[in-house]
Amino acid sequence: MSRKHNKLEAINLDAYYGDFHALKGINIAMEEKNVTAFIGPSGCGKSTFLRTFNRMNDYIDGFRTEGDILLDGKDIYTKEVRVDELRKEVGMVFQKPNPFPKTIFENVVYGLKIQGISKKAVLEEAAEKSLKRAALWNEVKDNLNKSALALSGGQQQRLCIARALAISPSVLLMDEPASALDPLSTAKIEELIYELKNDYTIVIVTHNMQQAGRVSDNTAFFYMGELVEYSKTKTMFTSPQDTRTQNYITGRFG
Amino acid sequence: MPHIDVELEKLKKKLLEMWDLVEYQLHSGREAMLKADQVMAEQIIKRDRKVNQFDVKIDRMCENFFALFTPVAVDLRMVLAVLKINANLERIGDTAEGIARFAKKLDAPVNEDLLEMTSLLPMYEEAMSMLNDCRIAFKTNDPVLAKTLIKRDKGLDKIYRKSDRIVTKYMAAHPEKISEALAVLSIIKKVERVGDQVTNIAEEIIFYRDAKVVKHKQDKKKKKD
Repeated sequence: MSRKHNKLEAINLDAYYGDFHALKGINIAMEEKNVTAFIGPSGCGKSTFLRTFNRMNDYIDGFRTEGDILLDGKDIYTKEVRVDELRKEVGMVFQKPNPFPKTIFENVVYGLKIQGISKKAVLEEAAEKSLKRAALWNEVKDNLNKSALALSGGQQQRLCIARALAISPSVLLMDEPASALDPLSTAKIEELIYELKNDYTIVIVTHNMQQAGRVSDNTAFFYMGELVEYSKTKTMFTSPQDTRTQNYITGRFG
Repeated sequence: MPHIDVELEKLKKKLLEMWDLVEYQLHSGREAMLKADQVMAEQIIKRDRKVNQFDVKIDRMCENFFALFTPVAVDLRMVLAVLKINANLERIGDTAEGIARFAKKLDAPVNEDLLEMTSLLPMYEEAMSMLNDCRIAFKTNDPVLAKTLIKRDKGLDKIYRKSDRIVTKYMAAHPEKISEALAVLSIIKKVERVGDQVTNIAEEIIFYRDAKVVKHKQDKKKKKD
C-alpha cells in the first residue's frame, strides 16, 4: 500500500497575538484524506492553529507567525500566495451556522459567483452536487429558493458545509462544527465527516471527546500553546503517553 | 474525589469483596479435603451461589459505568480489567466448588503418603498465596508484583506435570485406593487451573496499569522457537 502524502504540515511554528505567545514550536504533519481532531482546554491554541491553515488570523491586529505552514509541501505564508486562492483550496466551517440571508441556492453558489462563474447550468449542477455531498439535497431540493435562514440549525450547518464544498477545496477546516447542534444533527454531521474524508483532508476542533473518538483518525492534544501529544486516535483514547493528555481526556484536569 | 473516581472505587471495592469470598472458598476447600468434612464441603457448594451473585453484580456495575461515563485511557483499561478479573474470580470460585464436590465423596481424609508424594499440599498453599498476592497487586496497583505471579505459576505446572506418573504408580501399588487417588489427581488439576487463572488476572493488572498486553507472550515465543 502506498503511503499517503502529507497534506498539511507545520514546522517549528510559533504564533503571537502581540506579546502573547499563543503557539509554541508546533511540529505536525497531517496526511491527505484523513480526519485530524484538535482537542484541548479553552485557550490552548487549537483554534488559533486551525486558522493558520487558511490564514484567517491575518485579520487580527498584532497577530504574527514564525516558522512554516505547508499545504502540499508549499509554504502558504509567502508573499506570492494569494489568500483568496488559498481559501479555494482550504474551506472552513464555523461553530455557529452562518448562512447568508439569501436563498439556499444562492448560499451554495456564492463562492462560484464571486469567482465569476455565472452560467446557470454550471451553477445548478454545482449546487446539486454540493448539497448531495453535504447530505442535504433530499431535504431541500424542492425549496432551493427558500431563505436559508428558515432551515433548522443542523440543516444550516450542512448548508454551510455545502457552500464550502462548492468551490472544490481539498481541505476542510471545522471549528466545533456540531457544538451548537442537537444530538441528531450532530450525528448527521459526524456521518458526513466520515463520508467526506474519502475525498477531503479534514481538520476538526472539538470539545467533545467522544466526537473526536468517533470521527477522527488522528488526534492532537494542545495545552497552553504546546502540542503535547499527537497520535492515532485509538492510541490516544486507550493509552495516552503524556499525563496531561490522560488527565484531560479522562476529565481530571486542573 | 471526582465522581468518576468515586464510581471506580465502588467497583474496585466490590471486586475485592468478591476476592475475599473466593479466597475463603478455596481455603475451605482445602480443609474439607484434608478432613473429609462433608458438611463443610456442602457449605462450600452452597456458597458458590454468592460468588455467582457477585459476578452478575460486578458485570452490571461495569455495564452501567460504560453507559454513563464512556471511559477512556486508564479508566477504560481499569473497567475492562475488572470485567475480566471478575470472570476469572468466578471460575476460581467454581474450582473451589469442584474441589468441595470431590471432598464430599471422600470416605476418610486423604492418605498422607499420597499427599506427600504428589506435593498437593504445598501446591495448594502456593496457589492460595498467589491468589492473595494477586489481590494485593490489584489493590495497590502494583504491576511489578503482578509480574512475579506469572513466573510463580510455572512451579504449579511442574508439580502438575509430574502428578500423572506418581498417581499411576500409587494406584498400581494400592488398587483398593484407586478412587481416592483419582480424586487427588483431579484436585491437582483444579489447583493447576487456579494458577492459570491467577496468571490471567495478573496479566489484566499489568494491562490496566502499564497499557501493555503480556498475555499469550509465551505462545509467541514458542512459535518462534
